[in-house]
Amino acid sequence: MALVIRNLTLGYDRHPAVHHLETEIADGSLTAVVGPNGAGKSTLLKAITGTLKPLEGRIEMTAARTAWLPQLAEVDRSFPLSVRDFVAMGLWARIGAFGAVGTADRARIDAALAAVGLAGFGGRVIGALSGGQMQRVMFARVLLQDADLILLEEPFTAIDTRTAADLTAIVERWHGEGRTVLAVLHDMAHVHAHFPRTLLLARGMIAHGPTAEVLTPDNHFRARQMCEAFDDRAAPCAPGAGRAA
Amino acid sequence: MMALIQPFAEFAFMQRALLGCIAISLGATPVGVFLMLRRMSLTGDAMAHAILPGAAVGFLVSGLSLGAMTVGGIVAGLTVALLTGFVSRVTVLREDASLAAFYLISLALGVLIVSLRGSNVDLMHVLFGTVLALDDPALTLLCAITTVTLLTLAAIYRPLVLECVDPQFLASVSRWSAPVHFIFLSLVVLNLVAGFQALGTLMAVGIMILPAAAARFWARGIAGMIAVAVCVAAASSFAGLLASYHFGLPSGPTIILATGTAYLASMCFGPVGSLVVRYWPRTHLDA
Repeated sequence: MALVIRNLTLGYDRHPAVHHLETEIADGSLTAVVGPNGAGKSTLLKAITGTLKPLEGRIEMTAARTAWLPQLAEVDRSFPLSVRDFVAMGLWARIGAFGAVGTADRARIDAALAAVGLAGFGGRVIGALSGGQMQRVMFARVLLQDADLILLEEPFTAIDTRTAADLTAIVERWHGEGRTVLAVLHDMAHVHAHFPRTLLLARGMIAHGPTAEVLTPDNHFRARQMCEAFDDRAAPCAPGAGRAA
Repeated sequence: MMALIQPFAEFAFMQRALLGCIAISLGATPVGVFLMLRRMSLTGDAMAHAILPGAAVGFLVSGLSLGAMTVGGIVAGLTVALLTGFVSRVTVLREDASLAAFYLISLALGVLIVSLRGSNVDLMHVLFGTVLALDDPALTLLCAITTVTLLTLAAIYRPLVLECVDPQFLASVSRWSAPVHFIFLSLVVLNLVAGFQALGTLMAVGIMILPAAAARFWARGIAGMIAVAVCVAAASSFAGLLASYHFGLPSGPTIILATGTAYLASMCFGPVGSLVVRYWPRTHLDA
């Protein structure tokens, strides 16, 4: 198992956003994380990257290296940094704060840029790129991170179909290489077409398994109900609640 | 030509002033470039105010002593920086609001302490600087702070850039995020303290931010911006000192006005995103 999640409760300001999540993600699996807005999808990814401490429960990870592709909105694209330097940050796990970027590394950076269809863009500043090009740059950085576990946050939002298709091909390549991929997605047709497994979240786990079995009208209805039923004054939940399904 | 060199050749105090200003230019402006790029330009101003009570307490305790005022300024500045960072990371309040709160408290304390001493000419020197009266210890201190600043910036350069561009990514791959932020704020404080020896607490932030803002219109990369900013600051110091000598003007504000002139000229005529570039239509073929 790449990820074993045990009784995981996550939240901000002691208000839980994800309740008592209990599931396992298999090594080398390609999983879509879906659910309504506010279901706790991004929160779950934050917890897996370690930037958010669980209120309760734990996450066990076997991956030596984790790569995380945050939402594009989190990046300051007005900062005067070249595409090459931005992608080079993917080497952090190997070179850290002080290591040198050698000739071999430079070749890997150029190869990653070529793989995302941006050969020759290395010298441009990131502010000059379109949204789709910037997302390709973000993928190039993940490529360089060479991670066993890859977490993608809404990777295909606000980009054109051509770019989405190119980037989906990269995700499928990672899957082929045996890497574990977890992606937060909203486009159900896309999930059906490219993601073998799906984790449906709505403040807790609604269902997890093969995509066709998870994305049923019944499950969608329950997910929507869970999110709409959110109540600020709700009584504290008992351990075990929300573990149904 | 003689008018350009003669004051510096003839008077030791002019040489000292120039050396001090160049030291500040080398250390403070790279810090200013990062402040600007992180949209924290006004943070520099707030920190400059926050330093006041420390310097004032140092002055009250041991008179016009360089050491006491420097230590006081650093302590006050770092206290405000740490409290601000702590509050914004632990509570709901954002960094800007939390900084505003603490620097206003600090400033009020400073004004209170200053008022207790009434109108004191020496204290005016603290507020408005004494660039023409820099003695050996002051010069040594300025050069030391510049050296420490440049070495530290070189050491934390990569995490600092990453913290500016994509802080969440930095937090996901390392533990540098919080330390690099506090180290950077410490550099801001340190350089403001260096600046107030020469230019006063109110003017010190000018030589940090104005050259950086000017450099934005000349270079597209960080390295280029830092190089331009340092040159603008050093050249403005030279021009400001000369003007203050020839026209009998107070030196601190004259130096800052020189950097301000450089900023205005850059904003109008610089090659990157300036008024001319934006509003002087050229056909797209010769762009």
